[in-house]
Amino acid sequence: MENPALENEVMQTPPAPAADMRQNKPRRRRVRETPGDRAYYIITYILLGLLTLIVLYPLWFVVVASFSSAEAVFAGKVFLWPVDIDFSGYAKCFERSDIWIGYANTVWYTASYTLLSVVFTLSAAWALSRKSLPFRKFFMIFFTITMFFGGGLIPFYNVVSDLGMLNTPFAVILPGTVSAWNLFMAKTFFQTGVPDSIVEAAELDGANRLRLFVSVIVPISAPIIAVLTLYYAIGQWNSYFNAKLFLTNRNLYPLQVVLTDILTAAESSAGGDSMYENMLLANQLKYVTVIISSLPVFCLYPFVQKYFAQGVLVGSLKD
Amino acid sequence: MEADFFKDGPSAEAAPIPAEADPAKPDVATDEKTPLGKRIRDSFFARNFRKNWTYLLFLIPAVVVTIIFAYVPMYGLLIAFQDFMPGDNIWDGRWIGFENFTKFFSDPMFWPYMGNTFLLCILGFIIGFPLPILVAVMLHTTKNKKLSKILQTIFNGPHFISLVVLVGMLYLFFGRYGLVNNIIESMGGERFSFFLSEGVFRPMYILSSNWQDFGWSSIIYLAALSGVEQAQHEAATIDGASRVQRILHVDLPAIMPIISVMLIMSIGGLMGVGYEKVLLMQTEGNISTSEIIATYVYKQGILKAKAGYATAIGLFNSVINLVLLIIANTASKRFSENSLF
Repeated sequence: MENPALENEVMQTPPAPAADMRQNKPRRRRVRETPGDRAYYIITYILLGLLTLIVLYPLWFVVVASFSSAEAVFAGKVFLWPVDIDFSGYAKCFERSDIWIGYANTVWYTASYTLLSVVFTLSAAWALSRKSLPFRKFFMIFFTITMFFGGGLIPFYNVVSDLGMLNTPFAVILPGTVSAWNLFMAKTFFQTGVPDSIVEAAELDGANRLRLFVSVIVPISAPIIAVLTLYYAIGQWNSYFNAKLFLTNRNLYPLQVVLTDILTAAESSAGGDSMYENMLLANQLKYVTVIISSLPVFCLYPFVQKYFAQGVLVGSLKD
Repeated sequence: MEADFFKDGPSAEAAPIPAEADPAKPDVATDEKTPLGKRIRDSFFARNFRKNWTYLLFLIPAVVVTIIFAYVPMYGLLIAFQDFMPGDNIWDGRWIGFENFTKFFSDPMFWPYMGNTFLLCILGFIIGFPLPILVAVMLHTTKNKKLSKILQTIFNGPHFISLVVLVGMLYLFFGRYGLVNNIIESMGGERFSFFLSEGVFRPMYILSSNWQDFGWSSIIYLAALSGVEQAQHEAATIDGASRVQRILHVDLPAIMPIISVMLIMSIGGLMGVGYEKVLLMQTEGNISTSEIIATYVYKQGILKAKAGYATAIGLFNSVINLVLLIIANTASKRFSENSLF
């Protein structure tokens, strides 16, 4: 944890380790590879290849199955490529108003939750990162305790219920807006990534604390804002439990709760032609909803994954 | 008014510049205009507070939210010692001491639920703890760094799938008419209801969790590995160490501190498996292995409205976790000088 080299890795921009690698390559070549080493590399590549398959195949299959005809999927004819390409699952999905209401709800829950979370977390992290914050130790302990201990499900439910938030969007948006883990991650960022000289210069210029934060600190905190936004947004996009617990009005359901009904619906084994047709279509709808609901996250994922990884790294540093 | 509110205290305005030079306490002003006697009486804390109290304002939203949604529920734990019904007031509750706890301990399902919780966690830990370390080591040693980056992108992907979708995929693959059963049938076997079988629940839960998170969990080890000094590797290579020997004697010792910290965290969570995923995977058929303490709390407290009883069970579970965490932390501090706190 206190490894200074690790800290360097985090603070450096991505090209730096690559440059390091280039430097070392010729030196490493001087030593001949032994048969033992070669065996190690072969085994490593085989295992990594297997893992890649294990990770990718299920995802690939869902995509392929969603474009195949329901009968082909059901009869087990689909393995690697779409069979009898058919969009009836997608057509059915577009007919379901509950999915689109859920989608719209999720979008605005996620947007408002993320906005509040980032503002609350960032400002608190900035204060905690200042050594001169009065009662600093107390507040550190105050937030740390929540990482290891909590009231649990029922007292939490009672609080939300006593506040009159049951069956309102607030029950989904407000709890969990400040996660201690994210807070400490942002605090570490401020401690290591914002030079004291900037703060001092701004204070000498007579900027008050709010001005300093809004017009100096926030603009240079783009990396941590990106990480926080992504963490909070994806967390809210994917969460289902609070909504299931607190919301009973179907028009307020976020997408994940709608999906719970669709995806984990009991398998029907009743006979009859129309039943069979319905079952096929319901099955096809499952593949389609998996894709529709995960699409936004996976479209963003390749572009943002380096920020995610950075977040994990910054969060792992102790001060 | 707002702007004045955030302005520094009067002592700050009079503060001379050299006081800022000490990085340890950059904001403490030595005010030369105040008489000596007052300056001595003015404690370090008071001066610091007057100058820096505005920082506290930045904390207000986070502190308020944390109090409401984390600390008030902790206070609400008191209903574990009450005969509490929904709608009751915690202030005039009927105190019954440890009755809720003893009721749970004497429940015939106490040991099965404890066992299910523990087994699910310990089996998950046995696979889920070493796997990311192994993957990190393998990724770190691949010679093609571009390939390694691509693999990391692939391996991290499933982390961003929601639990609902993950379990939905499990139903699709392992359902009665899913891909796995199609394969079983084509090989001459009989269709098997994975979700209705009590024996398959744990492997399915654990393996799917690992599928989702092994890549993500390996990031932290990868970072630690890339911090290992190249010189150490070169020295070992010159001494004739093989790749495997270098992993065992250079890489692993170097990332030991991180491994210890992650180990402490895992041990602290050994009884802390959440209800979200289990509830989604639970069926009538697998309930004998899938009913864990967390899901029992949910059912007793929310569905059956036995709030006091459910809270007592939840509290019991959290206390076990806390004790495990403290034991692991103390042990680690003692033996390896690595600790979480």
